Amino acid sequence: MFYREAGDFKTSYAADQQTFPIRLDRHMVWGILAIAFFVVPFFINDYWEKSVLLPFLVWAMAALGLNILTGFCGQVSLGSGGFMAVGAYACYKLMVAFPWMNMFIVVILAGLITAIVGVIFGLPSLRIKGFYLAVATLASQFFLVWLFNKVPWFYNNSASGMIVAPERTFFGIPLTGANSPSWMTYLFCLTLVVVFAFIAHNLIRGRIGRSWMAIRDMDIAAEIIGVPPLKAKLSAFAISSFYIGMSGAMMFAIYLGTAEPTEAFGISKSFLVLFMIIIGGLGSILGSFLGAAFLTLMPVLLKNVMVNGLGWPADLAAHIELLLIGALIMFFLIVEPHGLAQLWRVTKEKLRLWPFPH
Amino acid sequence: MTESTQEGRKIGGTLLEVKNITLSFGGVKALTDISFDIKEGEIRAIIGPNGAGKSSMLNVISGFYHPQQGEVWFRGQKRGPMRPYEVARQGIARTFQNIALFKGMSTLDNLMTGRITQMNANLFWQAIWKGPAEREEIAHRERVEHIIDFLGIQAIRKTPVGRLPYGLQKRVELGRALAAEAKLLLLDEPMAGMNLEEKEDMCRFILDVNDEFGTTIALIEHDMGVVMDLSDRVVVLDYGRKLADGTPAEVRSDPEVIKAYLGGAHA
Repeated sequence: MFYREAGDFKTSYAADQQTFPIRLDRHMVWGILAIAFFVVPFFINDYWEKSVLLPFLVWAMAALGLNILTGFCGQVSLGSGGFMAVGAYACYKLMVAFPWMNMFIVVILAGLITAIVGVIFGLPSLRIKGFYLAVATLASQFFLVWLFNKVPWFYNNSASGMIVAPERTFFGIPLTGANSPSWMTYLFCLTLVVVFAFIAHNLIRGRIGRSWMAIRDMDIAAEIIGVPPLKAKLSAFAISSFYIGMSGAMMFAIYLGTAEPTEAFGISKSFLVLFMIIIGGLGSILGSFLGAAFLTLMPVLLKNVMVNGLGWPADLAAHIELLLIGALIMFFLIVEPHGLAQLWRVTKEKLRLWPFPH
Repeated sequence: MTESTQEGRKIGGTLLEVKNITLSFGGVKALTDISFDIKEGEIRAIIGPNGAGKSSMLNVISGFYHPQQGEVWFRGQKRGPMRPYEVARQGIARTFQNIALFKGMSTLDNLMTGRITQMNANLFWQAIWKGPAEREEIAHRERVEHIIDFLGIQAIRKTPVGRLPYGLQKRVELGRALAAEAKLLLLDEPMAGMNLEEKEDMCRFILDVNDEFGTTIALIEHDMGVVMDLSDRVVVLDYGRKLADGTPAEVRSDPEVIKAYLGGAHA
């Protein structure tokens, strides 16, 4: 009743292949985007920006990237934290070296640099698979963090070993640094994430995405029907690292403003991104967003309920929050091992038939 | 030199020829000095008892195994050592003995993946989608829809193949190989594990593919009724050696073949 496919006929292949084939989905997505772009910026404040929206957008970008590699191409990676660090440090070096450069270009170039690094660390995937590959990608995590700690060139010899984003403006309005207005940083990140989410979808529905999924589902058969495994795997590593690098750059330059490799880009961040896509749904664009939302927004929500709502002490709330998040992860994985995106898919299928399921 | 068969099908010159293939894994000789040819437009069967080297032979042709000795000639040219995806690009498609579909993808996507060697919109256009990538996608979709029509699998177009029953999966796998529009189609036991009705359907498809698209087919099959009815010529392998090669009638009456494989009942 609520959610109908009936009567929504397609008369051309183009219409059948569009991004949101069901009319209601289409209206919903455009509605959400309209609110995100045209309503939220007028009401955003510092709290919503720094603790809710920016972290969500940054992690959604990282989850998108890892989902391309792990969810669509089937290559497990634990190097996301390291790749985010590459993006962050590339962004920093570019910002310092080319102060006049547009921030969009800086972030995209940082992504491209990360893509190159990703391809190098993706080379072992041609020989090893599964858990063994995960262990091999751990090498990138530890090596990259070590590198950014060890070589002063990366942090321009700063005494603290930290990198601090210099103030850059975007069409005259500060985008990075302490004086940037919330709506500016939010809109900047939102635009990047939305544009690249659509690009990810386009890549996935075409030739390149099919070659990734073929490698994921049955690599031998993929090769026999003409997918070169080398190209498919390395392109997945490149594009995945590109997204993760951009998320690292956004995290450093816009969200945090400062970064230090061991803390900001440690192994726990690699696991965090991996959990996001597992909970959200492997091999689903929507799942990347749901997973990122779950793991970034749920802690904020729980904290608000417990500290502000129930008046519990903050330290107690912090511990209970960890327990609750852990329990919720287990609950969702038992209810639906294929993630929140699958839960949503099943709900949609049921709604289509409701109230006459037979 | 072109000769016509009774049904008016055209059997042309040699499409693929294997010469003196010897393949061994360590001390085990899987294939010893095998030579045979496949002519354009024919249905060629490869039969033999289990472990005779039939699948190994197909794996040599599709580039999975690289024989220690011998040559593979395809369309009049000697083939160097090739990776399987390069073989696919040359125009050889195949199905597997145990289904090797992409289980997480829909029927349509599986078939579209079969056409991957003919798609070439680059990364940039793929990312933009509107323009060359979409045009290419629609052009190939039309070809794939023909195959979906031909195999009668319209209803499962958008179903993930992991959810389909075995017989339909086999049919989708044939569809994926057909989508490549290959010159030579290698079918590894296309009817294994099927019931009579599904087998009859599959036979019809194989004959129609051969007839309508003029595709050359090499198939491995254990159902002798099917083999003798479908194929133009049969090559018999046993313990990695070639026992016999000829029309179904010749092979059926060959005493060596009867002893090694067919057994007394057919004698």
